[in-house]
Amino acid sequence: MARVLVYAETRDGELRPVASETVTAGGDLAEQLGGSVDVFLLGPPGMAQRAADLGRYGADRIFVAEDQSFSSYAAEAAVRFCEDLVGREAYDAVVFPASAQGKDLAPRTAARLDRGLATEVVSVGVDDGRPVATRPMFAGKAIATVAFSELPALISVRPNVFRPKERPADGSVEIVEIASEPTAQRVTGIETGDREALDVSEANIVISGGRGMKDPENWSVLEDLVEALGDDATLGASRAVVDAGWRPHSEQVGQTGKVVSPSLYFAVGISGAIQHLAGMRTAKTIVAINRDAEAPIFSVADYGLVGDLFEVVPALAAEIRRVRAGG
Amino acid sequence: MKSIVCIKRVPDSEARIRVGGDGVGIDPAGVKYVMNPYDEFALEEAIRLKEEAGDGLVTVLSVGPEESKEILRTALAMGADAALLLASPGSADGLVIARALAEEIGDREYDLILFGKQAIDDDNMQVPAMVAELLGLPCASVVVELEIEGRHAVAHREVEGGHEIVEFDLPAVVGAQKGLNEPRYPSLKGIMAAKKKPLDVKEISFTEPKVRIVALQEPPPRAGGEIVGEGPKAVPELVRRLRDRALI
Ligand SMILES: Cc1cc2nc3c(=O)[nH]c(=O)nc-3n(C[C@H](O)[C@H](O)[C@H](O)COP(=O)(O)OP(=O)(O)OC[C@H]3O[C@@H](n4cnc5c(N)ncnc54)[C@H](O)[C@@H]3O)c2cc1C
Repeated sequence: MARVLVYAETRDGELRPVASETVTAGGDLAEQLGGSVDVFLLGPPGMAQRAADLGRYGADRIFVAEDQSFSSYAAEAAVRFCEDLVGREAYDAVVFPASAQGKDLAPRTAARLDRGLATEVVSVGVDDGRPVATRPMFAGKAIATVAFSELPALISVRPNVFRPKERPADGSVEIVEIASEPTAQRVTGIETGDREALDVSEANIVISGGRGMKDPENWSVLEDLVEALGDDATLGASRAVVDAGWRPHSEQVGQTGKVVSPSLYFAVGISGAIQHLAGMRTAKTIVAINRDAEAPIFSVADYGLVGDLFEVVPALAAEIRRVRAGG
Repeated sequence: MKSIVCIKRVPDSEARIRVGGDGVGIDPAGVKYVMNPYDEFALEEAIRLKEEAGDGLVTVLSVGPEESKEILRTALAMGADAALLLASPGSADGLVIARALAEEIGDREYDLILFGKQAIDDDNMQVPAMVAELLGLPCASVVVELEIEGRHAVAHREVEGGHEIVEFDLPAVVGAQKGLNEPRYPSLKGIMAAKKKPLDVKEISFTEPKVRIVALQEPPPRAGGEIVGEGPKAVPELVRRLRDRALI
């Protein structure tokens, strides 16, 4: 029977939201291969209890390594853990999230196992009984289907693409000892902004501002819209405003920023340069607000609104609050 | 301070990408090629570290076609000391490239190996961490701040919602993210000096790739273009449509 191994990401002893997405992607693949899903994860003592929840998304067996040092990302231990598991069992695929952790862990593991890796995968399938994956290249200007010559196939899946699917399975938890070895590097801290902002790559709704915002002070207008839309909304930015120092680079959407796939994307005062479109064209619905009816952003927007953003955005926030209040 | 900077020739970010006749690669006709934008941050960092230390060596490496000499020459003009192109026929995946680089770098003397965090053509984002693994080195990817004191390094790497601080000893691998520094433009003096710097080509042979593109397609066009209306008076209609699609 085919088996798929999934890395579930944790931070500070909590499963990260992307963990259930990754297990879902592994489940999609296992279903097509006719097999089951195993999960591995690392965390501080007590992690095992919280890990059992992943059974809901299709995890058959869950292997947990516990150590105080696993509160933050432990690259070397995670690679060794994966290597041990792959040595014990013949896996067809190992699935990682293409998050900050996964982007580091997946290639290290691929080099250690001497196997091929496909990153930022947006769909998984089976051809001739073997895993295949599709992934954007050239910032989404092309989509590649890739095949693997040796198993396990290593895959990292783009956040926000595989929506968590309930697929009840055993979810039996086994605590595994991994030999502790001196590490060549360690995480000594995490710096977050004043609020733990939802990352633009992980948010369900993104409101991006561009040069049309005129001044960094004016972001209060967009912040108000974020607030009206609720907890799963966050801010994004065009490169023009990042380069001007108005917004941090972590918010930049586009070819040299982040590629995002939210359900709803607002482009406010953004012209729609090809490099910006590369980062947001896979959003499910795009709304553009721009005073120039000829702006290229309108050609990709599902809904365009021509007008002055300083009039439109406050009206939009007010209307959303009104309808949400049941008016 | 001895650094090795690995750089790649990629289509300009403005380039229109069309699938080539073979159905698995792109049609290079009319495409302008440049140094991968993230590699500029890696190179700038290496040059700065050398300047701060008051001595050292910056070597640039590229795996790619003959035409990659152009970007290597640009790197020399920016301030690198020596350049080497590793040229091979055949196709490669991330691991093949990482092996080629690790083999070349393995015999050299270095404190730091720098990469751009990602190449904007394949968007693979795997070679830096693979090279670190193959050489048994620490690795910090997506780095926006790097401090080096003697043999000790502290790097800030971008993670969801903030920065993660990683500490390690040199030698090590670093993947550069935008924000690390402001890359310089080659000066006229630099361009002249580059002509006298070594730019070598070495023929290599690739190992077998384990990931293969079986089809490359242009993405389906978005059916966009509907204008809901003008000004604040169109807002209720916009909100109604978003609600109909259960988006808010
Ligand atoms: C190598 C490279 C990489 C790049 N990578 C990226 C990337 O990752 N992401 C990215 O975004 N860009 C990227 N760019 C830059 C890109 O080419 C554009 O310059 C940039 O996206 C423009 O940002 P903008 O739309 O905010 O500004 P502009 O193009 O100046 O557009 C501002 C828009 O605001 C509108 N506007 C002005 N005032 C108002 C108002 N009061 N109400 C409503 N609308 C108003 C205007 O009509 C205009 O359409 C890259 C460029 C290069 C060369």
